[in-house]
Order: sequence, then C-alpha cells, then structure tokens
Amino acid sequence: MYGGGNVFEATKFDDLQTEDPAKLAEFEARIARGEKIEPNDWMPELYRKQLIRMIEQHAHSEIIGALPEGTWITRAPGFRRKMAQMAKVQDEVGHAQLLYSAAETLGKTREQMLTDLINGKSKYSNVFNYPAYTWADSNIISWLIDAGAIVNQMANAKGSYGPYSRALERICAEEAFHLKYGHDAVVHMATGSPKQREMIQAALNRWWPPIMTFFGPSDKMSTHTETLMRWKVKMASNDECRQQFLDMYVPKIWELGLTVPDPNLKKNMETGQWEYTEPDWDEFKRVINGDGPCNAERLAVRRTAEERGAWVRRALLNPKAKYVKPLA
Amino acid sequence: MNELAIKDLLYKLADDQLILGHRNSEWTGFGPILEEDIAFSSMAQDKIGHSLAFYTLLQDLGEADPDTVAFTRNANQFHNSQLVELPNGEYDFSLIRHFLYDNAEIIRFEMLSQSSYEPIAKVATKLKGEVKYHVLHANTWIKNLGSSTEEAILRLQASLNEAIPYALGMFESSKYEQELIEAGVYAGEEAVKAEWLKRIQAVIEKTDLKLPDLNSIEPKLGGRYGEHTEHLQPLLDEMAEVFKIDPTAEW
Repeated sequence: MYGGGNVFEATKFDDLQTEDPAKLAEFEARIARGEKIEPNDWMPELYRKQLIRMIEQHAHSEIIGALPEGTWITRAPGFRRKMAQMAKVQDEVGHAQLLYSAAETLGKTREQMLTDLINGKSKYSNVFNYPAYTWADSNIISWLIDAGAIVNQMANAKGSYGPYSRALERICAEEAFHLKYGHDAVVHMATGSPKQREMIQAALNRWWPPIMTFFGPSDKMSTHTETLMRWKVKMASNDECRQQFLDMYVPKIWELGLTVPDPNLKKNMETGQWEYTEPDWDEFKRVINGDGPCNAERLAVRRTAEERGAWVRRALLNPKAKYVKPLA
Repeated sequence: MNELAIKDLLYKLADDQLILGHRNSEWTGFGPILEEDIAFSSMAQDKIGHSLAFYTLLQDLGEADPDTVAFTRNANQFHNSQLVELPNGEYDFSLIRHFLYDNAEIIRFEMLSQSSYEPIAKVATKLKGEVKYHVLHANTWIKNLGSSTEEAILRLQASLNEAIPYALGMFESSKYEQELIEAGVYAGEEAVKAEWLKRIQAVIEKTDLKLPDLNSIEPKLGGRYGEHTEHLQPLLDEMAEVFKIDPTAEW
C-alpha cells in the first residue's frame, strides 16, 4: 500500500548534462512511443536513481504497512475475519518481496535497502506512522488506505519501467481484493451495533487527516517533476490522485451513514473539484522527518526483526550449508 | 460409534491447529527473511482453515458453532497439546516446533484419510495435501540450517532439547483410545508416535543435530485433558479481545 507523492528530489538541470545527448534522445523517444525500459537498457542516471528511490520506498511501505494491520491478526473477531486479515497482511509482505526484486534489477540489493530503512536513510509511506488503536482502525486502513494505494498504483502501473510496471499490475489485482475485504468489514461495522458504529466513526475521524496527506503535498507546493512525468516515472500529480480518491470514496463513506470529519468537504459542481480543509502540511513534514506517533516504534520493530533473524541469514550464506533441493 | 470418542478426537485435532495457526500468524511482519515471513503466514492460514473444518464437523455433531467454540472457551476447555501453545520464541524454536508438529500431523492425516468414520476421512483426505507442504517446508529448513553454521546448529539443538518433552505430549492417549482403534477410526497415538520417530530421525540424521534419548525424557502431558501452561489463557484472551466486545454482533 503506497500513496507516493512525497518521494521525489528536485531534478536539477545539471543532472542531465553528463548524459550522452544522442542516447538520451533515443531513450526519451522510446518512452514517448510507449515502450517499456528494461533492466539492461540504457537509462539516464537520474532515471535509475529516482526509480530505485521510488520502488524502494514502495517496498518499505509494504512491510511497514503490514505492521498496523498485522497487530490485529491475532485479535480478529471470528474465523472469517481472522483468515482474511492474515491473507491480506501476507499479501502486503508478498508485495514487498516483489518490489524489492524489481528495485534490485536497478542495482541496489535488498539487504542494502533494508539497512537504509532501519537507519532512517530511506522513507516509507507516512501514513503508517499513525497507530491502529482498534479493530475499526484496521478496517479503515484495509478499505481506504488500500483504496488510495490503488489510485496511485493503477497510475504508476502505466509507467515506463518494465519490472516495476509489471509488479504493480500484479499488486493491483491483489489490492482489489483487499479493497473488497476492507469495504465488507467497514459495512459490517457501520451497519452493526451502536458500539460498532461508534468504533468505526471514531476510527474514520482518526484516519481522515492522514488519508488526506496520503498522496503527498499539494501540487502548488511540491517540487517540480516535469522531467519525471515526461519519463513516465511519475504518472499523475498528487492533487489529481487526491481528487480521484475523493470522487470515488466520499460518496461511499456517506452512503454508510458515516461522517467525514471535515466541515469544508464538498464537491464544487462548477469546477468538478472537491474542496476541503487544507491538510496540515507542517505536521506532515514533521512526521515524515521522524516525529510522528509511531515512527520510532515501526523502525524498532523492523530493527528487532532484522537483528533476531541475522543468524538465519548468516547460516544461509555459510558455504557449509548444502542447497537442499525443495521437494516439490 | 461412540460420539463422545469422535468429539474428543475432533477437539484435539481442531484445537492443535487453531493454536498453532495462531502462533504461526504471529510471525507475520517479523520473519528472519521475507520468504519465511510469508511461509509462516501461509501455514497459519492453512492451520486455521483446517481447524475450522474440524470445528464444523463438531457442529454437525451438535456442538456450538465454530466461532463460539473457538472464541469463547477458556484454556481448561482446550484439548491441544502443550507444544503448540508455547510462545514462538526465536525462529529456531518456531522452526523446530513446526518440524516436530507437522511430521506428526501428516501421519495422523494419512491414517484418518482411511478412517472408518467417513466425515473425518473426507476432510483428512482433502487437507493432507496441504500438510504435505508444511512437512516439506520444515524438513527442507531443518536439513539446511541443521548443517550450516555452529551458531545455527547450537540454537536448533537447544530448541530441539527444549521442545522434545512437549512434542512427546502430543501423543498423550485419549480415554477413548482403545475404542477408536477398535472401531477403525485410526491406529491410535502410539502408532502415530512410532512412525513419527522414524520420520524425524531420518531427517535429523542428515544434519549435525542429535535427537535426545527419548527414554530418559518425561513427556509433558495434560494438554489433551485441559491442563495447560500459563501461556494458553493469555493467547485466548488476545484472540477473543474484539469478539468479546459483543459476541452477538456480526463483525
């Protein structure tokens, strides 16, 4: 699950000065024709760098994103939810595996990426720095965060880098099930007992501000990304994704009799655009830079998992370890 | 056929799998490598699914519905072996437990697929194909890590020594044991244990691990009769935390 939008460094014009102009022109022409760029093809360094950054952050978002919902696997109420919650979170970890492999085709190892995650050098989707206090929070994540991720990932699946775009197609297919699962769980809560309704409304209230920042800062304030758009690395602007999300999901939220906690939220029928209270971008920056409610906890969990599993990875690298042919 | 005997057997099968499935699922997000994270999560889903299949057979025999049975009983009403309720510990312990448990479970499933009690035979036939992969997974990893670094071998050996008394507790005989054997439901726990020993020995021989002398070990019994370690009740409390907010609600 990934919203993107906050991952790009300003592209410096200088970055392209060192590239071979003929090769660069050919590369851009291929992209303009809608061709996919494959791992062994020529590509500008900036393209490689931004893609590694983007795919890596996406992969990190999947494994860190597994944590808030993962804590509810052991507490999911009833067999149906317990099994679905497990499968859903497992999918997210599987997405991470797929994405780390896609990023590795660009020259950075999984180990290095995980090291950079733990030491804080690379980021993940900011939304996972917020806590899932109750089962209802987990349901809101499964529905609306996955919904947001689909909006973003469907756009990026049309991007120019072959391995990433193919990984995203598979991921989107699975996310579509998550969305159904999340929606079904929220419907049960919203149409359930007074206690359940109260739980789901409270969770929506907690998650709405992070959801509104999920796609990244407003286009008015985000770093300029024309080159990346031309190269089909970034496929839609942050505000376009946010508008599309609001268009698709606000009516569904209202349909359930839930209240969106933003008195200014409404669709302007003349412009066709949603109007809303501007999210608190200062908080967004603060949280991205480490000062959110769960940043330390999320990374600590990841660090502990890496440390506790280190002996297994050492054992697998040991030359004495025989390759045991999987029996099936 | 004595229905109480069948129910007793079904509760053992279902509870073992529910509790081990729950433990396996605790690895989600924490595995030593992503592939193992995913593998344990996958096995967890199978185990919980298998437990549901057996709870459903119990419901057919007049017991409460699977959700009520799984989410509202207390520890002293559970019939799982103590092995499956122990905390995951480090990966070495979880792997050893998985190896010891699934190598027994597959034998039970193989026997039950031939059972004279048709509903169990049907379910066991269907599910043993999945358990086969759990066994392959366990055996592959034990063979691989069990002859790798000194560190890994020491860890696995220590976990094996710790888990073995509990593993022997899996074969605690039921008070209906003789009846089940005579009615051809399955060959009974002693027979499962004898075959299990052969199979785990065959794997362990290929590693630098040693199976402790089983004659000098006191099995940890009682699980099949509702006696559990201090670890089961907190697990059940956690499992039922949301369910018990409103047991009549649809979640």
